[in-house]
Amino acid sequence: MAGSIRASATTEGTLWGDARRRLRGNRAAVAAAAFIGLLVLAALLGPLVSPYALDQVDWTLSPLASPPSLANGHWFGTDSNGRDLFVRVWAGTQISLLVALLATAVSVVIGVAWGATAGYLGGRVDGWMMRVVDVLYALPYMFFVIILTVVFGRSLWLIFLAIGAVGWLTMARVVRGQALALRQREFVLAAVALGLPARRIIARHIVPNVLGTVIVYATLTVPQVILFESFLSFLGLGVQEPLTSLGRLVAEGALEMETAPWQLMVPAGVLALLLLALNFLGDGLRDALDPRLG
Amino acid sequence: MRSTRGSAEVGPDALFEVRDLSVRFATPRGDVTAVRGVSLEIGRGECLAVVGESGSGKSQLFLACLGLLAAGGAAEGSATFDGRQLLGPDDAKRRSLLGTRVAMVFQDPMNALTPHLAIGRQLAEVALDRGLMDAEAARARSLDVLQAVRLPDAGSRLRQYPHELSGGQRQRVAIAMALMTRPELLIADEPTTALDVTVQAQVIEVLAEARDRGLAVALVTHDMGVVAGIADRVAVMYAGRIVEVAPARDLFAAPAHPYTAALLASVPRLDASPAERLAGIEGQPPSPGVEPEGCAFAPRCPAVLEACRRHRPLLERFDDRSVACHAHRRSQGHGS
Repeated sequence: MAGSIRASATTEGTLWGDARRRLRGNRAAVAAAAFIGLLVLAALLGPLVSPYALDQVDWTLSPLASPPSLANGHWFGTDSNGRDLFVRVWAGTQISLLVALLATAVSVVIGVAWGATAGYLGGRVDGWMMRVVDVLYALPYMFFVIILTVVFGRSLWLIFLAIGAVGWLTMARVVRGQALALRQREFVLAAVALGLPARRIIARHIVPNVLGTVIVYATLTVPQVILFESFLSFLGLGVQEPLTSLGRLVAEGALEMETAPWQLMVPAGVLALLLLALNFLGDGLRDALDPRLG
Repeated sequence: MRSTRGSAEVGPDALFEVRDLSVRFATPRGDVTAVRGVSLEIGRGECLAVVGESGSGKSQLFLACLGLLAAGGAAEGSATFDGRQLLGPDDAKRRSLLGTRVAMVFQDPMNALTPHLAIGRQLAEVALDRGLMDAEAARARSLDVLQAVRLPDAGSRLRQYPHELSGGQRQRVAIAMALMTRPELLIADEPTTALDVTVQAQVIEVLAEARDRGLAVALVTHDMGVVAGIADRVAVMYAGRIVEVAPARDLFAAPAHPYTAALLASVPRLDASPAERLAGIEGQPPSPGVEPEGCAFAPRCPAVLEACRRHRPLLERFDDRSVACHAHRRSQGHGS
């Protein structure tokens, strides 16, 4: 007994400590997390394992687009230019994961902080903060990204930044709505009555209560971000050859769907599995963060 | 400490003092006045009960003192704790008292605790935020206060979440949270309203014990049974004004204001015959938007006089109590 009470002073009873414990009890979420871990490993190691390079054309093939085969060493086949798809898919997964991770993180951090502050403070502050969001919303997104790339030159980081910088707007609105409702709840009033400063009330009493919604929304953001990246790349604003991403590979594969279906199916399969696993993980996280479902 | 009980006023050593406090809400349909020039004081270790029906302004009175008015609300007048002004724009000054020397407990225990924080974390939060205790001391104190509010098995409660407790247990945790920093004044806004009767008694007992250890308690309620269980003095509010302040015993024995009498008569009694109808108060309280001419209770008052409709009676001292009523004034032999 004494030991278990002592433990409560460290991780038990903290939001994330308990969430981790509850998450471990959710089999689907654990499996999803493990699968995502595997994908990350494959994305990192895949290109190293294969004898082919990202932009290497295999001239021995005829035609250049070869279906998956163990005999010629192209396990996922090759694209129409004779480049090894195994290497390209994993290299593309790297890029897509990076974009998804960073852009979503940027949008979550800015969106939650902005929305929770506006919603909790309310009144005039809320009005001004949300007008800023409205103005940014009104700017044509593409225009914004094009200006960014023209001014700062094309870089991978800029894409993350640009996508995240626009993604937080919706997040801020979602969080603000929730914070407005939470502000009226008695436990927030109680925290004010205890004299806690606004910053602490937002961090400890508002934000944790919106995390469930935030996580669900963030899980929905990830596929959007991955697809948006491929769209930007298609316009020549995103990732450039010979680098690639899952979105790009799917777009290219779709062109050859009838003659070389593997070019579509392999990257699309990886993308679908990745998103599925992310959804399971997000669902598990949301449940884990709500002590009532523990 | 005890000497303050049994008189309508506390005297110069009042711990908490409200002077001429008014609370107004700006609404789209014009201003609504919830509290109209209320004055009261609470001495150290004293329990003052503020009673009145819904909308009488009793809750707003204290919410205003703590700076907790809803949007559009504004307070005028003065409210001091130990000589320090609580009203006004100085948020930092008020906050330094809140949670440390003044604490508040709310009506709805279901919502009074943050759902995603374990009990132990919530209890320790204020003490840690103010740097009043280190984590170890806060833990020890948490166990103490949980025992003080008679929550069994305090050690394992610390790791539980609010949803794992019943309503009565949550309310006791909320009181424990208020007691953490050893405040001198506890404001309890209808702490028992949402609880069933047996649990109510336990909660009142916990408050009475804290009072006996020197805590001043402001108890806002509409439940006369609760008042009888704990209050030293009672202030009765009607339509935003105090109509009677008296020592609890005197008030129950002989209510001076007709409204107080009507309130007491509307409490069901065990010794009444089953055939007897429970006395209600006829009519409705005035809407808070309009200031009635004369006494606000006049339209519902059984002892109404001609003067009541024209002149608003002022709160006047009669020995131990203060009453705002023309009829009472006349019966005491003061003027016509």
